[in-house]
Amino acid sequence: MKRSGIGKARLLQGNEACVRGALYAGVEFFAGYPITPSTEVAEAMARELPRNGGKFIQMEDEIASIAAVIGASNAGCKAMTATSGPGYSLMQENIGYAYMTETPCVIINVQRGGPSTGLPTKIAQSDTMQARWGTHGDYTAIAVAPSTVKECFEETVRAFNLSERFRTPVTVLSDEVLGHMREMMVIPEKGELEVTERHKPDVPHEWYKHFEISPSFVSPMASFGEGYRYNVTGLTHDEDGFPTANPIEIKNKMEKLRFKIERFADEIHKIRMDMMDDAHFTVVSYGSVSRAARQAVTMARERRIKVGAIQLRTIWPFPDMKLREMFAGVRKVIVAELNMGQLVNEIKRVAPRHTEVFSLARYDGEVMTPHQILEKIREVIK
Amino acid sequence: MMEKIAHGSDVTHHYLRPKKKFPNVWCAGCGNGIVMGALIRSIDRLDLDKDNVAVVSGIGCSSRMPVYLDFNTLHTTHGRALAFATGVKIAKPNLTVIVITGDGDALAIGGNHFIHTCRRNINITTILIDNRIYGMTGGQFAPTTPGGSFATTAPYGNYEKQFDVVKLAIGAGASYVARGTVYHVQQLEKLIEAGIKKKGFSVVDVVSNCHTYYGRFNKEGDAVEMLSWMKKHAMPIEAVRKIPPEKMKGKFVTGLIHEHDATEFTHEYQMMVDRLAQKEAEK
Amino acid sequence: MTETDPKPPVSEGNEKAARGDKASPGKYVYDGRTPPINIFLHWCKACNICIAFCPKKVLEPDREGKPTLAHPEKCTQCAICWLHCPDFAITSNYK
Repeated sequence: MKRSGIGKARLLQGNEACVRGALYAGVEFFAGYPITPSTEVAEAMARELPRNGGKFIQMEDEIASIAAVIGASNAGCKAMTATSGPGYSLMQENIGYAYMTETPCVIINVQRGGPSTGLPTKIAQSDTMQARWGTHGDYTAIAVAPSTVKECFEETVRAFNLSERFRTPVTVLSDEVLGHMREMMVIPEKGELEVTERHKPDVPHEWYKHFEISPSFVSPMASFGEGYRYNVTGLTHDEDGFPTANPIEIKNKMEKLRFKIERFADEIHKIRMDMMDDAHFTVVSYGSVSRAARQAVTMARERRIKVGAIQLRTIWPFPDMKLREMFAGVRKVIVAELNMGQLVNEIKRVAPRHTEVFSLARYDGEVMTPHQILEKIREVIK
Repeated sequence: MMEKIAHGSDVTHHYLRPKKKFPNVWCAGCGNGIVMGALIRSIDRLDLDKDNVAVVSGIGCSSRMPVYLDFNTLHTTHGRALAFATGVKIAKPNLTVIVITGDGDALAIGGNHFIHTCRRNINITTILIDNRIYGMTGGQFAPTTPGGSFATTAPYGNYEKQFDVVKLAIGAGASYVARGTVYHVQQLEKLIEAGIKKKGFSVVDVVSNCHTYYGRFNKEGDAVEMLSWMKKHAMPIEAVRKIPPEKMKGKFVTGLIHEHDATEFTHEYQMMVDRLAQKEAEK
Repeated sequence: MTETDPKPPVSEGNEKAARGDKASPGKYVYDGRTPPINIFLHWCKACNICIAFCPKKVLEPDREGKPTLAHPEKCTQCAICWLHCPDFAITSNYK
């Protein structure tokens, strides 16, 4: 990145902002495969990494891309890939491997219309549940969602911090419109945003346990070539990383994967609220829909409707308690999504009995408009 | 580096993981153990620092090898060892990266990664242990299962065609391709050693025995009989050039079958980075 | 044959080649006391490879099929047994 870029407002594309965020966070390795609408991420990485001491490779498919990312992460690199729906589906088995082996890595999913080839150049948010349950088995996912180009930068930095802090994959749920649009943003100075490094071990080599269970549930992580010579396997394993069939060790491992995230969810949750203090109604949204939601709420306020907006910047783990508290004084909630209703079910699950939840679903490949949300608000409050 | 072991037979024990339970998980007489010994002695002879050796494997009987080895070991997903290993090698080029894989793991589900890693000519040594069947899952036919052979998924004889691993690797661009057997251990060690030394993508195709399934289903006998078959039917490439073709009937070629020199992937990447840095310095 | 090409396979009987040591400390002679090889029966799975391929028939199976040193005096330290043991259950006492 030319130094001149720092500190001044720049017109950036969403996908490129993800790359700049990754570089800010200290990404050292990118492996990816071309797929609309995320290819610009790979292209920017191909330009920037070789000039920033990093490594770039275009692999033969998405399965290989995430595999190379996990390999590089174990060799000590902050590593990332970027894809869209079809590629994200191909990556699921190895993402599951990264969950099981607790390997930090970041996956940018620039969503497009699905399922299947779907609408490669059109917007959707229909991978929301896939970001939670995409691969087989029990595990606890982290997924964050930007709604502006600036947030693409910030959420990518946060994704790296969360992945290194919790030794886990983190998905950034962007989308076609956000990925391709351009907006002004100021690139923060070094040190302005927090950048987390993975917790390194401080014990003699022989004492090191790559999957050590401790109160934080997050084990310190050595890298290949540092003298620790540990074993990593996708088989359920004990603290030394050796495959186990012992029920107690299996239970410990499964609970480690869950507790290390759920018990520290406060560090992960991130919610933006607008005009919620006296709100009787609320529009809940995430990703680029939140832009229209905020505008719709402003327009509704001009018509003296007491409505507020909640934007979830962290989708998973889902902020159950926080939302329940926010809905205390709220009678009706509209969940605006560019899918046929996915996160709305989570909101119905946590909403108190007195709060009625409505789904505003758009799945025709077009962006949700403020007017469309305003219409829904009017209709719902009648 | 530990002191030199005066005698070969003790070498292996200095590379086994102290905390791991032995004996290993493989069936009695399985060739995987023999290959593991050969690999260890090759690494020992090359005087490699344990800390800088990474062994990556996929899923299958042969892929259970790294967990026993006192190196940086990565037991990955089925067919994907080479892709994981590529990430490890690019991230830390000073590591010696060795991939342990099988005929099913590398050539069926892993086929796409196999040909692309050959094409890239990245400095990784792949030991492909070919027992011509899926052992871990109980004896299904693999891409190398000979025609007419029996397997649980070829109950009436395998009617599919097979890969020639060596031709496939050469065709895809690997710069070092050799074939060994689990009977000719000393030759295998030399082939592995030279493969590791080779600055490029090395493939060592190892003919191995799965008497538990392939041998039993196809009446090729126990481990001893299958190893004896290899002893009789292997023909080192150095000898092949001297004997008339009809003598080769029923035999298979072993030794270093192909080698060429080509620039290595991580070296090329570094040269590009250096060029960029120099151009920027001139600005 | 480039320099890096492996030489034709060394005759199976030469243990020195297994170590690639140049100097040969003389032919092995069984001293009647120290056994030519040690067998870790705990790791041995009685696969019969060492017994079958020992060129001098030094080893014979016990009740469990595991090798016993029936004729230690015949051993020439050719290394075939421990080179082929899939479980590293044999080590040689010949230094």
